[in-house]
Amino acid sequence: MTGDMQALYFKMSRALADYARCIDDDRLEEWPSFFVENCLYKVTTADNHCEGLEAGVIFANSRGMLSDRISALRQANIYERQCYRHLIGPPSILSSGDDDLRGEAAFMVARIMRDGTTLLFATGRYLDI
Amino acid sequence: MDTEGSDTSPTPTATQPGWLAHWPEQLTRVPYWAFQRQDVYAAEQERIFRGPAWHYLCLEADTPEPGDWRTTFVGDASVVVTRNAKGEIRAFENRCSHRGALICLDEKGKGNKGFSCVYHAWTYDLEGTLTGVAFQKGVKGKGGMAPDFKLSDHGPRKLRVATLHGLVFGTFTHDGPQLDDYLGDEITSRIARVLEGRKPVVLARYTQALPNNWKLYVENVKDSYHASILHLFFTTFELNRLSQKGAIIVDESGGHHVSYSAIDRKERTAGKEYAQQNIRSESQYRLADPSLLSGFEEFGDDVTLQILTVFPTFVLQQIQNCVAIRQLAPRGVNESDLHWTILGFETDTPEQRLARLKQANLVGPAGFISMEDGCVGGFVQRGIAGALDKSAVIEMGGDMAQSSESRVTEASIRGFRKAWRTHMGIANPTQAAP
Ligand code: FES
Ligand SMILES: [Fe+2]
Repeated sequence: MTGDMQALYFKMSRALADYARCIDDDRLEEWPSFFVENCLYKVTTADNHCEGLEAGVIFANSRGMLSDRISALRQANIYERQCYRHLIGPPSILSSGDDDLRGEAAFMVARIMRDGTTLLFATGRYLDI
Repeated sequence: MDTEGSDTSPTPTATQPGWLAHWPEQLTRVPYWAFQRQDVYAAEQERIFRGPAWHYLCLEADTPEPGDWRTTFVGDASVVVTRNAKGEIRAFENRCSHRGALICLDEKGKGNKGFSCVYHAWTYDLEGTLTGVAFQKGVKGKGGMAPDFKLSDHGPRKLRVATLHGLVFGTFTHDGPQLDDYLGDEITSRIARVLEGRKPVVLARYTQALPNNWKLYVENVKDSYHASILHLFFTTFELNRLSQKGAIIVDESGGHHVSYSAIDRKERTAGKEYAQQNIRSESQYRLADPSLLSGFEEFGDDVTLQILTVFPTFVLQQIQNCVAIRQLAPRGVNESDLHWTILGFETDTPEQRLARLKQANLVGPAGFISMEDGCVGGFVQRGIAGALDKSAVIEMGGDMAQSSESRVTEASIRGFRKAWRTHMGIANPTQAAP
């Protein structure tokens, strides 16, 4: 690995670790700042992704829509208290250019309920493309 | 013997289950054991899911060409939907008539001439008719099936199939009502309002695991009483400014319903004033990107929301421009799967498509207005765990199951229970004189 690649790899790993920590620490208000104003953020299933189906369970094409997710969770939506633990695998760098970096990383998320009940909430991969 | 196969032995549930005798007389009480007992669940599978009810299977567009197929559910049963060589839709149980293995393992496929079971390679045509038994005549004159074994005596159960505005419905009973009669004119026309004459495009599918008995979700969908109380997204962000009118329609059988809201033009001036007041008022929360809800006029009738159910487990939803089908599959007494299909239409412009993608945020497991429905059934299931001898109180808006101009009513929940009782063989209270 060249020095440049090592630097990129380090940058990406660090960003992913900070990202997960932000959510697991419940600092959700900071979460949109991991995205650019003109972002495209989607949460969908592997099947929808493979088939090229456009919609998903979450779709946002602006940072504003991401902060709305958080303010709705905090102010409007009703649910049981719960917290999360993210485990993110080592990232793969798919391509890198002057100004962009494409990569992917596997994740597992556990959900922990108030009484300690822990379940595997989601598995998947982050596709930063 | 019916043509579907060899399964003519009496089923153990063909007798009257003992609990039927203990069902309360009135529609306003539902004993909590109805959500907790295995024998109730088994009777529902027999009398509703394998009985005369019609069940949503898939979209016509899911199997567009001969040889296309898709698997789906009718209650516990896995079902294969196909398009045969003549272009007709067929459906049969996804169960090999040899020793019961699934015939199709994937959820869909194309270009099939037929199917072959992986276990011992019994083969079926696109109608689900058994066409071949591997080594039927044995090998070198030894082994094989008995000489009087007839292929035509065996096969998975076939469903009767009917289509309506691009939806495919099926039923295991061959002598029950036609789909049109089952639905009635009012429900049929409300389905037409959303789907007639246009080709749906699937924008996403996903399955939401619900931690509750299937009936608790059905009751939730039919419950117009909770909407403005449990779901606070619209009110928190003050997104409901226009005056709305609406109503609940409960069909004759009780089992199907429509709940809708529409912009009230007569009240519009008042609505505007209200809006202006809101602008001046100290409104704490606003969406950072209100384009989430920027929709387009799609139906030409000011109806902003229409939730429609068909007994037992089908939901057609229009929330502004967010059109979706929800198919509920029971998964044992305490669990169910909600299969969502988010729809667009072939005629969508790119702007309209984008509006649908954004509005899809309203629904599903992470939906701004439907995430609560995914957990509230679990709250009930856990709440009633120690209360087999208690009952739900369903008295809002009276004790009958009639249509209503007010949505502060539980009439459509009583309607569901009325249809459920009919299917289960429990007499319903007679309608009081008006
Ligand atoms: S179970 Fe299908 S061939 Fe034996
Ligand atoms: Fe709801």
